Formats: sequence, structure tokens, C-alpha cells
Amino acid sequence: MPTPSRYWREIPQRYRMEAGKCKACGFIAFPPRAVCPACGAREFVPAKLADGGKLLTYTIIRVPPQPFEDQAPYAVGIAELDDGVKLTAQVVDCDFADLKVGLRVRLEFRKLSEEGLAGVIYYGYKFVPE
Amino acid sequence: MRDVAIIGVGMTKWGELWEKSLRTIFTETALLAIDDAGVDKIDSMVVGCMSSGLFVGQEHLASLLADDLGRTPVPAARVESACSSGGLALRQGFIEVASGMSDIVLVGGVEKMTDVTGCEATYALGTAADQEYEGYHGLTFPGLYAMMAVAHMHRYGTTREQLAMVAVKNHDNGSRNPLAQFPFKITVDGVLNSVLVADPLRILDCSPITDGAAAVVLCPADMARKLKKPVVRIAGSGQATDTIALASRKDLTWLESTHIAAQKALAMAGRKVDEIDLFEVHDCFTIAEIMVTEALGLVGKGRGGQAVEEGMTARDGRFPVNPSGGLKAKGHPVGATGVAQAVEIVKQLRGQAGDRQIKGARWGLAQNMGGSGGSSVVHVFEAE
Amino acid sequence: MAGIIGYGAYIPRNRIRVEEIAKVWGADAPSFKKGLMLEEKSVPSPDQDTITMAVEGSKRALKRAGIDPREIGAVYIGSESHPYAVKPSGTVLAEAIGATPAVHTADLEFACKAGTEGMFIALNLVRAGAVKYALAVGADTSQGAPGDALEYSAAAGAAAFLFGKERLVAEILETYSYTTDMPDFWRREYQYYPQHGGRFTGEPAYFAHVTGSARGIMSKAGMKPADFRYVVFHQPNGKFPLRVGEMLGFTKKQIEPGWLVSKLGNTYSGSSPLGLTATLDIAAAGDMILLVSYGSGAGSDSFVIRVTERIDEVRDLAPRTRTLLDTNKVYLEYGVYAKYRRKIRKAG
Repeated sequence: MPTPSRYWREIPQRYRMEAGKCKACGFIAFPPRAVCPACGAREFVPAKLADGGKLLTYTIIRVPPQPFEDQAPYAVGIAELDDGVKLTAQVVDCDFADLKVGLRVRLEFRKLSEEGLAGVIYYGYKFVPE
Repeated sequence: MRDVAIIGVGMTKWGELWEKSLRTIFTETALLAIDDAGVDKIDSMVVGCMSSGLFVGQEHLASLLADDLGRTPVPAARVESACSSGGLALRQGFIEVASGMSDIVLVGGVEKMTDVTGCEATYALGTAADQEYEGYHGLTFPGLYAMMAVAHMHRYGTTREQLAMVAVKNHDNGSRNPLAQFPFKITVDGVLNSVLVADPLRILDCSPITDGAAAVVLCPADMARKLKKPVVRIAGSGQATDTIALASRKDLTWLESTHIAAQKALAMAGRKVDEIDLFEVHDCFTIAEIMVTEALGLVGKGRGGQAVEEGMTARDGRFPVNPSGGLKAKGHPVGATGVAQAVEIVKQLRGQAGDRQIKGARWGLAQNMGGSGGSSVVHVFEAE
Repeated sequence: MAGIIGYGAYIPRNRIRVEEIAKVWGADAPSFKKGLMLEEKSVPSPDQDTITMAVEGSKRALKRAGIDPREIGAVYIGSESHPYAVKPSGTVLAEAIGATPAVHTADLEFACKAGTEGMFIALNLVRAGAVKYALAVGADTSQGAPGDALEYSAAAGAAAFLFGKERLVAEILETYSYTTDMPDFWRREYQYYPQHGGRFTGEPAYFAHVTGSARGIMSKAGMKPADFRYVVFHQPNGKFPLRVGEMLGFTKKQIEPGWLVSKLGNTYSGSSPLGLTATLDIAAAGDMILLVSYGSGAGSDSFVIRVTERIDEVRDLAPRTRTLLDTNKVYLEYGVYAKYRRKIRKAG
């Protein structure tokens, strides 16, 4: 899991879904970046992501990586938000049997993990069924 | 550009090699390749290894291995592109010889994965994904490929059984490979009843954690001909990138980097894909092999599942895929895989593949892939 | 006139029934259900804590208030389960809602009344003209020691209130606080579970302070129980708020809409604040509401509140409290509950 500085740097994205919209072609980059992958332009305006969308795919992780040891099994998915941006996140508050391609989800602020009992707590976004 | 040949290959048995350290595994394999080539001097070394740092705390790997081989001051470089580090090493070696920069190049790939716990290994492998936007959310590699599988099954009707058939086929091939980690056959039922890793992928859909190395020696084809060695030429090389995060891909069910890298390699070789006699592809997960066969153009989009069901990619099929046993049965010491694919193809094209031999094999193709498809490296080989 | 311009509630979807807890500890479930009028309580998922619930509750308050979060000048979270002992919860909340960097933040603690404490401070900052808008949240993922009486009621939830001077949803007409030093319920530093004085937490603690505060504010405001349409008391169990209401001269009908505890449990700093959000959800313009909190240690904050016409425009801009309480529930077994609440000792 990230160091405090790596975590802190991504706060505008993790807490507020801040993205960049290409001035030339309208492509929305999340996280924001320097060069538009769609048209190569280099100017962006601030944008915020839509707060809901639908699942394009999902799975249930049963063999977790280290920081998520105690959380398995947990569901993750890729959703296409209502503004066309595709996002990866865990899917929570959803029975595994209810997971399906096309499920409508919204974003909710949750705890992602923590650095043991004494370390930093990592927050961010997860998908919750609408 | 000069023609480049492979004149020596080396590989030892792969598995959980508790008594062997990373340097031991690499050196004994490299020596096999050097002896097979019958060369005295080496002009340059290229090593593919994904993460000796995370697995054994060792960086500066190329220097270490040049030293361990007793070959200092030979120039040595380590290259990395996650699970395609081996294929990338081969490509860098190829470029050095083809450009005239070096004559004899040792290309090796190695990974030592069992000195850490399973969870730590899962984490290390996960560094091939987008750390802040995939890893941060608890994604793993089985998880990423499982999501590709769910999307592929949803769009094209690919079935659980078809995924299992890939593993069964590869184990059938691997049962004939004395160097494979798992040289035994399995059944579709066995796959379908094995423990879930990331739905729908089960443990037998997934390539294993493995220690191992593979090595080849490259030289200009003219030199190989003069040395009266059976000449296997690297006829084409292609490489391409794609977005690192799966969510950023245009199509979650398509491996664009493989498609482009293969087109480039085949164009360089002046071949069409249906002129290739055998394929060694990156079956890190069963769904990957299905998607690769589509990206290579062996079958149309979405038809990869049917292809394996119909036997098209079996040893005796129209397009034999993974006669070595693939990553699934042979093992997947990450950085070594791309080089081991070349080793198998060279053996096949020399007619030295024993009871795995694809009869009359003259052209081979190796496809090596990093992460969830963020890198692909493809090589085409020809037996002269 | 200052008051509430937006409010929001958050309740996790997990529940555990009293019988399930009693089964494990060999206790008599009926006596908890009848005696304390508790049926089930909310349980936070492992990825929820005081901060995450405060953020979601605050976003709902913002939806109802319809203001630019950058104009929020103060953010307070009151809780007895702040995720860090040192490092504010309020800064995470302020970042998440977009109120940073020109904002004052403080974390508050006063057992179960830390939520209304924040409301008291936020309201008065706005009244004084020191800030344009202020946010106060009461949120907790409180713990009860395994097998202890409090395990049946310690629950999780959050209520958020935005204060301002324009477009009020509810005016705050009067405030009053009644405080004494009282060791009725406490938790020492580095201890995982709180301790309490048993029956001492009743009459001299809860009842004395709640009645002291309620009588104090009614006297200050020149009002009596019949002047209020609704009253919301702190709810440590089902019995106490009904009894104190009776003692003060309120009817059950006045207490009912804000009486959530039998299905929710005691959400500590969120307890009376969530009772208020549930009451606002069904109130009509002109209704008078009396809010009386209680926090061990001990103290009680009270507020006289008058609902405005704007309630009809905003109540359904975010989920109603009863909807969060009564729908989309998942019932847990004790083992899963204990795992979620980290009551199982693991190695290392």
C-alpha cells in the first residue's frame, strides 16, 4: 500500500473524483494527465466525474493481495459512469448473487485499507448498487 | 539489418526450487545455452526479470549475473515489461545483433518467486497493474483477467467449460515436457471443481508461481551458417503497448497490443499468420489464451472459446498452441517465460521436441504479454 | 436568524438482532427486548467508520442545502470513535466535501453528545457572522464490550447538519446546555472498550441531565411541552427516552417520529441527531421541535427548532432516515459481527 505522500497526492481524485477534460476533444482523463490520449492535445479544464453508472464487468476476489488479506472475498468491477468514463473499484453492499453486467451503481466514500493497527488509514471510492 | 539466428538454447526443470537461489538457477541455465551454442565469447547479455527486487531484494541484476557467469566485463542489461520481460529481452538481443552492434548475445530470463509468501507474491505480481487506480482498490491479476473473462463470456457466450479446455489441452501437452513444473494431465471436471481464485477463474485456470530460467544465444545468421549449426532465424519481431489499466481499454474483450505486435512481427517476416506451424502464447490464465488466439487472427473475434472446443489449437489441430504445455503446465517464472517460449520453438524447428514434436514445423510464433495486456512482444521464427 | 439549511443521514445496512447476541452469551433475550425495548442494531461494515459515514451524511446535507461547499467556513465531527486518536477526522471530511482549504475544523468528543456539541458551535459561529456556513456531524461506530449490556445497543450511524442564515429549512430559536462532572460512563486512553457505572448511568446521569437541560431551555424560552409538535431525546435504549418524556410531560406521539433506537440501536453521537433528521423528514412548516441530547461525563444540549416551508422542497432531495433504517437490510450472525467489529483476537 502507498506511503503517506503517495496517498496524499491522489486525494483530489480519491475523495472528490477530480478529473481533467480535454479542451480540444472533450476526452475526460481520470486521473488528470498532461497529454490527451485521444487527440494528443495538452490543455485540460477541471472536471468532476459523474456519480453513477453501470457495471461493464466484475469479479469476486477470493485470493487477496497482502493489504486486503482480511477482506476476502470481495467484489470488484469496472463501471462505465454516466459521463462515459470507465472506472475500477470494489463493489460493496451487494450480495454476490446480485452482481451482473449492467448493474447500476453509484460511488460511495469508504475505507480501502489501512497500514496495520498503527499506520495510515486509506480512504477512497467504491461502487454501491443504486 | 543483419539476419539473426539462435544457435544455442538452455532450460532446466521448472518448479519450486527450494535449494536454488536466483543466481544459481540463471547461471546453470545460461551455461546450458552457451554449451549448446558452442561459443567461447559473448559480446553482450540481456536479462529479462520482472521483479527480483520485490521477490529476493536484489536489483542491479544484470551485473550480478554477468559476474556469476564469470563473464565480466561483458556489457549486461536487465529489461522489464512485467510478464513480457523475457520476450522483451529477446527483442533487445535481436536488435543488438541485427544492428551490427554485437555479434554474440546471451539472452536470458529468470524469476525466483518462492522466497516470499503467496500473498506477497500476489502483491509483487500486482505491481504490473496500475498501482493507484487498480492495485489501490484490491485488484489482483487473477481479478483483472477474471473481469476480462466475465466480459468475454457476456458478449460472446464463451463458456466455463471452454476456459477449462485450454488448461486441459496445455496439461496434455505439458505431460510430454520433462522440464515442465506440472507434467501431468488434468480433466475439465477437475478444473471446474478446483477452488475459486477470482470468479469465474479457478486455481486450475491460473498459471502457477514458479522458479526457473531459460536462455538462448543469438548470433548473425551468416555466422551460424558458417558454424554449420542448424539455423533457426528470428524472422520478425514486434512490440506494442496498450493502456496499463484495464478500465482504460477501448474494448475489455480484446488484446490490441498483441494484435499490433503480431502484425508487426509477421510483416517483418513476410508471413501471414496461417502460414505459421506452431504458437507459444501467454496463457497466464485460460481466458488469456482464448483472447490471444483471436488477437493473433487465428480465429475471428469472440470465437476463441469455440476454437479450443473444436480442437483447432490442439497438438494435432490446425494451429497448435502451446505444445510446450504453456504457462499453465510448464510454469510461469515471470521473466523467464518469454525466453522459454523461444527455447520451445527452436527445439520444435530443429526437430528436437521429442513426443511434443509438431511434424514438419518450419515457422513458429511466440507471443509474450505483460500485465493485463499493457505490453506485448511477438517474435516469428523460421527454420532454414 | 440562523438555523439548519440542510441535513443528511447515513445508516449502514448491516443489522444484528438482540437474540443473536444473547444466544452467544447465554443471556435472556426477552429481558433485553422488553426491558430495554431493543430489537436490533446497525453494524458498520469493515470499510465503514465515523469518517466514511460522516462524508456520506454530509453529502446528503449538501444536496438539501444546495450551496457551494467552498463557502463552508467550519466543519466539526463529534464522535467517540474517531478513527485516529491524533489526526483529525474533520480534515478528511472537509477535503471530501470540497470545503478546504479556507475552513476551520475541529474534532469533538463528549460521549454521546459530541454531535449536538458540534451543532451548538456551528450554529453560533454562523449567528456571530464569523462564517457563512458551518457543518456539524454526529457520527459513531461505537463499541460495546463482548457480553456486556452495552453490546446489545452500541450501533453505527451519522447525521449531518449545515447551518446558515438564508434559505433556512429550520430556525434555531433557542439553545441551552446543562453540564456537570460525572463519571457514569468512560473509556481510558489505550482501552478498547468503555466502562460504565451500571444503574448509576440512569437516574443521576441520563435523567438528571436531560430533565435539567429540557427544563432549563423551556424556562429560558418561556415554553412548555404542549408547545412542541415533536421532541427528540438521546436514545441509549428504548425505555429511557420514553420515560424521560413522560417525566417531563411529553406524549408518546410527540416522541415517536424521532424514536429510532429499537431498530437502530444507540448510535451515540449520532443518536439524537438522527432522531432529528427522522423528525424533519416528516415535519410540516411551523412545527416546533425540541431536541435534547445527552453525553456521559455528563451533559445535555438542547435546541428549540421551528420548521419552515422550505422543508417540503428539500426533504426528498436525499434519502429519508426511515428508508435507510427500514430497507435494504442484511442480518449478520454473531461470528461475522465479531469479525467486522474486530472483537476477535488475531496473531500479530
